[in-house]
Amino acid sequence: MSARDDMLARIAAALEGAERTPPPDHPYGAVTPLADVAATFVECVEDYRAVVERVAPEGIAAAVAQALSRATRIVVPPGLPTEWLVALDRVEVVADDGHLSADELDRFDAVVTAARVGIAVTGTIVLDHGPDQGRRALSLVPDLHICVVHESQLVGDVPESIAPLRDAVDAGRPLTWISGPSATSDIELERVEGVHGPRTLHVLLVAPTS
Amino acid sequence: MSGTFIGMPKFQTAAKEALGNSQQRRNLQHATHTIREKRARVVEELDDWEGLRQAGADIKDNVLSHLDTYLVQLEESLTRAGATVHWAGDAAEANEIVTSLVRATGADEVVKVKSMATQEIGLNEALEEAGIAAWETDLAELIVQLGHDRPSHILVPAIHRNRAEIREIFLREMGHVGTPPPAGLTSEPRELAEAARVHLREKFLRAKVAISGANFAIAETGTLVVVESEGNGRMCLTLPETLISVVGIEKVLPRLEDLEVFMQLLPRSSTGERMNPYTSTWTGITPGDGPQQVHVVLLDNGRTDALADTVGRQALRCIRCSACLNVCPVYERVGGHAYGSVYPGPIGAILNPQLRGTTSEVDQSLPYASSLCGACGDVCPVKIEIPDLLVHLRTRVVDEHRGGMPSGEEIAMKGAAWMFSDHRRWEKAQKGAELGGRMFRKKDTIGRLPGPLSAWSDARDAPVPPAESFRTWWKREKEGQ
Ligand code: SF4
Repeated sequence: MSARDDMLARIAAALEGAERTPPPDHPYGAVTPLADVAATFVECVEDYRAVVERVAPEGIAAAVAQALSRATRIVVPPGLPTEWLVALDRVEVVADDGHLSADELDRFDAVVTAARVGIAVTGTIVLDHGPDQGRRALSLVPDLHICVVHESQLVGDVPESIAPLRDAVDAGRPLTWISGPSATSDIELERVEGVHGPRTLHVLLVAPTS
Repeated sequence: MSGTFIGMPKFQTAAKEALGNSQQRRNLQHATHTIREKRARVVEELDDWEGLRQAGADIKDNVLSHLDTYLVQLEESLTRAGATVHWAGDAAEANEIVTSLVRATGADEVVKVKSMATQEIGLNEALEEAGIAAWETDLAELIVQLGHDRPSHILVPAIHRNRAEIREIFLREMGHVGTPPPAGLTSEPRELAEAARVHLREKFLRAKVAISGANFAIAETGTLVVVESEGNGRMCLTLPETLISVVGIEKVLPRLEDLEVFMQLLPRSSTGERMNPYTSTWTGITPGDGPQQVHVVLLDNGRTDALADTVGRQALRCIRCSACLNVCPVYERVGGHAYGSVYPGPIGAILNPQLRGTTSEVDQSLPYASSLCGACGDVCPVKIEIPDLLVHLRTRVVDEHRGGMPSGEEIAMKGAAWMFSDHRRWEKAQKGAELGGRMFRKKDTIGRLPGPLSAWSDARDAPVPPAESFRTWWKREKEGQ
């Protein structure tokens, strides 16, 4: 008997005569009503000591340039809107071709990406690694992550976040849920930000076009 | 490299030793109280926490009562997504599978994401025996590993170490296995974390193979989920060419939508945050992104035995949040090591005897490592009735060791099971023991109990603290705050 058959047989034996519990009657995808989704999102992201700025659609490029004022070399995903980078001055921009090694990525000062969903109540940004976000290593290795989120991408709480992520998962793409910069509380429970992921997370929340 | 739990003395003996360590007790008290308060605050924020807990429990019960169906579905989804699925009946099988997978890559080292399942099976030791170095990359696990130590908490495994000890361990050990810490390293947490960052970065950027566990495995899509804080998980799951994940069979969730329940329950219960810094999901192989060789080892190792126990099976709902540890007055006093397992605290007391059976002394004694105060059951995000399970397992321990002539201890334990099964009786007995304790200050045992309980009390002198019971102590501590 293979381990597989053996395990399945043991499970069947263990469950013999057991009551089979049906899936729960839970209101999946329920909407969390919030007076001001954007304000809640900003407040909760700031709670993690991430930098959050609210910008108008026409202000994205300037805000990106400002956030990169100390960077000299950055990497971007291949599908990032190029208009977000037009205000950069003396910054070398490399679009990822999929071949940069981890070592090479480590030598960039920053990465700029879009996002798929922002969750207000938890202050979370979810990347579904579409073309404007790039492969996972891009938003992981560089020390500064600038992430552009549109207000139209915000949802109230976690239950509403799954539906917009479904397509990416079905297409076999990974997801990265980010809530503030990386952090540890492993030493006497004192929170220290910036362990292995980007030490600085800079979120630009873009208002809808008026 | 790190210590193991083999040949652990029974809980009460180990607990007695731990009780003498007042530094550890202060660290633990600070830690558990801090997390406990944070948890309470973020749980308060949600309108319907009870509804969420119920949903969590119901989803898990649905999974467990259809486990064969969901596992086969998970296997199909994973295979379709390009992953290779392996089945391991026990620790030895799992270790063998992982070792040969690593060997096949030609690598002589792996980076590891903190994983309870791989600790449970002693994977690091097995790899080491095969000449493969396994680098723990979670900061606390790194501290434990470099200190040749054992974990003492599910979430913060090095909670028994203070900053000065951590600094010493880093200075003494880091240089032997990679990038040494900077000269002049102080015991500031920020500096210690930075030393770990630099030390591990070299390993992340070089590693060809990573080993992880998974918090959830979604049957419908074949998606694995790792919940973490530091980003070491993202590093391991993203940069190496080969990823091997050891996943307990009870980790299955039916559908992607079920994540909405658990991604609310877990972070709030575990670290007391609205959300943990990073959660990664991956679905087999994604061309051009992350590991291109993906293996999943489905681990039984006693889980089907737990499943066969109609009362005990609810322990398999556990999502390893550690909330029950943080509210447990026994855990807080004795620490994690006394439980003789990678699963300490109330969950350890109900899980270990089920996963490992009740042949060893430590596993027989674990169901008694509780005052049945009920705090653990109240905080459990998947509504495991921990106190009920403890009582159930106490009876089981007694029944299972009655083959042939019963020993004095067995008869006594039956009486003890009766006593422990009702908290009023237990309190009364403890109160009596306390008075005895005060009268004989020098003696650190409660001495022989009369009648059939004497055999039991001979073996179990430690859990009654020198001069006061956990309950009285607990009350006094609380009032004193
Ligand atoms: S038993 Fe419940 S509270 Fe304890 S670790 Fe498991 S899920 Fe958390």
